[in-house]
Amino acid sequence: MMEQSVDIKVTTRPGKDAGRVVSVKKTSTVSSNKRIRRSFRQIRTENVFRRMLVIVALCMIVLVLGIMVTLAVQSTLSFKSAGFSYLWGKTWDPVRDVFGAYPFILGTLLTSFLALIISIPFSFAVAVFLGEYYPTGWLPNLLKNTVELIAAVPSVIYGFWGLAVLVPIVRSFETSIGVEPVGIGIFTSSLILAIMIIPYAASLGRSMIHMVPSNLKEAAYSLGATRWEVIRSVIFPYTKSGLFAGVLLSLGRALGETMAVTMVIGNTSLIPKSIFSPGNTMASVIANEFTEADHPVYLSALIELGLVLFLVTVVINMVGKRMVSSFTNE
Amino acid sequence: MESTIVKSINYNAYFGDNHVVKDVNMDIPRNHVIAVMGPSGCGKTTFLRGINRMHELIPGATAKGQIMLNNEDVMEMHPIFVRLKIGMVFQRPNPFPNLSIYDNVIAGYKLNGIKLPKAEKDRIVEHSLTRVALWKEVKDSLTKKGSFLSGGQQQRLCIARAVAMEPEVLLFDEPTSALDPISTSTVEELFHELKKNYTLIIVTHNMQQAARVSDRTAFFYMGELVEYDITKNMFTNPKDTRTQNYITGRFS
Repeated sequence: MMEQSVDIKVTTRPGKDAGRVVSVKKTSTVSSNKRIRRSFRQIRTENVFRRMLVIVALCMIVLVLGIMVTLAVQSTLSFKSAGFSYLWGKTWDPVRDVFGAYPFILGTLLTSFLALIISIPFSFAVAVFLGEYYPTGWLPNLLKNTVELIAAVPSVIYGFWGLAVLVPIVRSFETSIGVEPVGIGIFTSSLILAIMIIPYAASLGRSMIHMVPSNLKEAAYSLGATRWEVIRSVIFPYTKSGLFAGVLLSLGRALGETMAVTMVIGNTSLIPKSIFSPGNTMASVIANEFTEADHPVYLSALIELGLVLFLVTVVINMVGKRMVSSFTNE
Repeated sequence: MESTIVKSINYNAYFGDNHVVKDVNMDIPRNHVIAVMGPSGCGKTTFLRGINRMHELIPGATAKGQIMLNNEDVMEMHPIFVRLKIGMVFQRPNPFPNLSIYDNVIAGYKLNGIKLPKAEKDRIVEHSLTRVALWKEVKDSLTKKGSFLSGGQQQRLCIARAVAMEPEVLLFDEPTSALDPISTSTVEELFHELKKNYTLIIVTHNMQQAARVSDRTAFFYMGELVEYDITKNMFTNPKDTRTQNYITGRFS
């Protein structure tokens, strides 16, 4: 603290010299005054900063609610004309203004869950490989970066690759098992989706497995467990909620994925007869038909489809969170 | 005549290029308590983990030499069989948090995929928990999670878990360093009971503990086995000046 001699003007107390301003020479600590002023300023900044945080946080909520309200408002027209039968109506015929979303809801759920089933063994394997067996080294690093790159590839490229490579393969597979060899359809979309969603479950699973305390693993090893037994009886129970959360993330991604699916699913409004038939998902219907929606009810029906997709995603997320918390509280 | 159960012959252990245990030769007699003491980083824990081949689980860790268990070289055996015969208790109590007390005790059987009839499991659980003086305390809460127990109880549960596999040797890696004094003395009393059926090798950096509980004491320094003798001799009449310095507290 720097001490210095300054003139301080003091107004004297009432009395003999009332009101006279006298000059007093005094050694004072000026910096302490400065510091007090500075700290007031800091408090003000702090308050402003906190308010800004609250505002930004509220913006997020308003944004999501706003999207939901917009979707709801814009879809009233379609809701008025079809009501709840929109959800299980089996026909989607824009020409006759008949809008039933059932084929697309079915298509979305089919592709997503099929993709989930296909991807789980892979993401689990990657997670265990990177989290437990080989956490460091050049090959694991390469694998880790490659898997993360899978999430970064634009989905239109997956769609393109699916059309060029996957569709012929699926077609010959379909020929060999004796179903109609279309190539495009639910199954092909699920394959593409499965590839696209692997990184989500894999990277979360990897970090979860990595975090298992080594003393638990050592306890199991000291009892004569093999590595597989340690994974099954120690690592898996310890990380199950995290692994499940990763799977949910994947599912959320699969439900909403649009471009790649649109390119390989076949885009038909018919109800898929099997997993090899062409179909459509909610997201790809919107992407495909939005530009063709030439009258208000059609447009409103598409927006209602968006609302349903939005709600399905919200419900799945909520159910998932509930399950995760019941796992952890167990 | 006491028979040797574990015998280490020119045992060396490494972490990469770091030579942490150097040419250790040691005979461990059956049904005795052996204390292994020494300053931090002297290789005592590494030696202990070498006995049941836990050492090699750490990436980059290697070992040379022989550890004989009943005249059979554990370095030639499959590590799984070694660990079934040589149990281990760790520094921090580590019961499996997702398992009940009951399941923690028989965790070794579960992990190894051994199916036992219910009566047999009940017998093992009661027997093992009795051996570690925990049965009376937990017999009414066997279905509760192991992590609900106090630290000392958890450590005894971990000992019970090791005992349940009926090993011949039990290794303890600073088993009381995370426990309060009362729990520590409970665990120390256990050692006297357990040595009737098992051979105990205890790593400790607590000299008083070594003096209290062990029949023989080994002193490690800088990776070498400096001195190994009957505990009473070791503490009253150490032969090596380094041992002398250590037990008189001139370095730690």
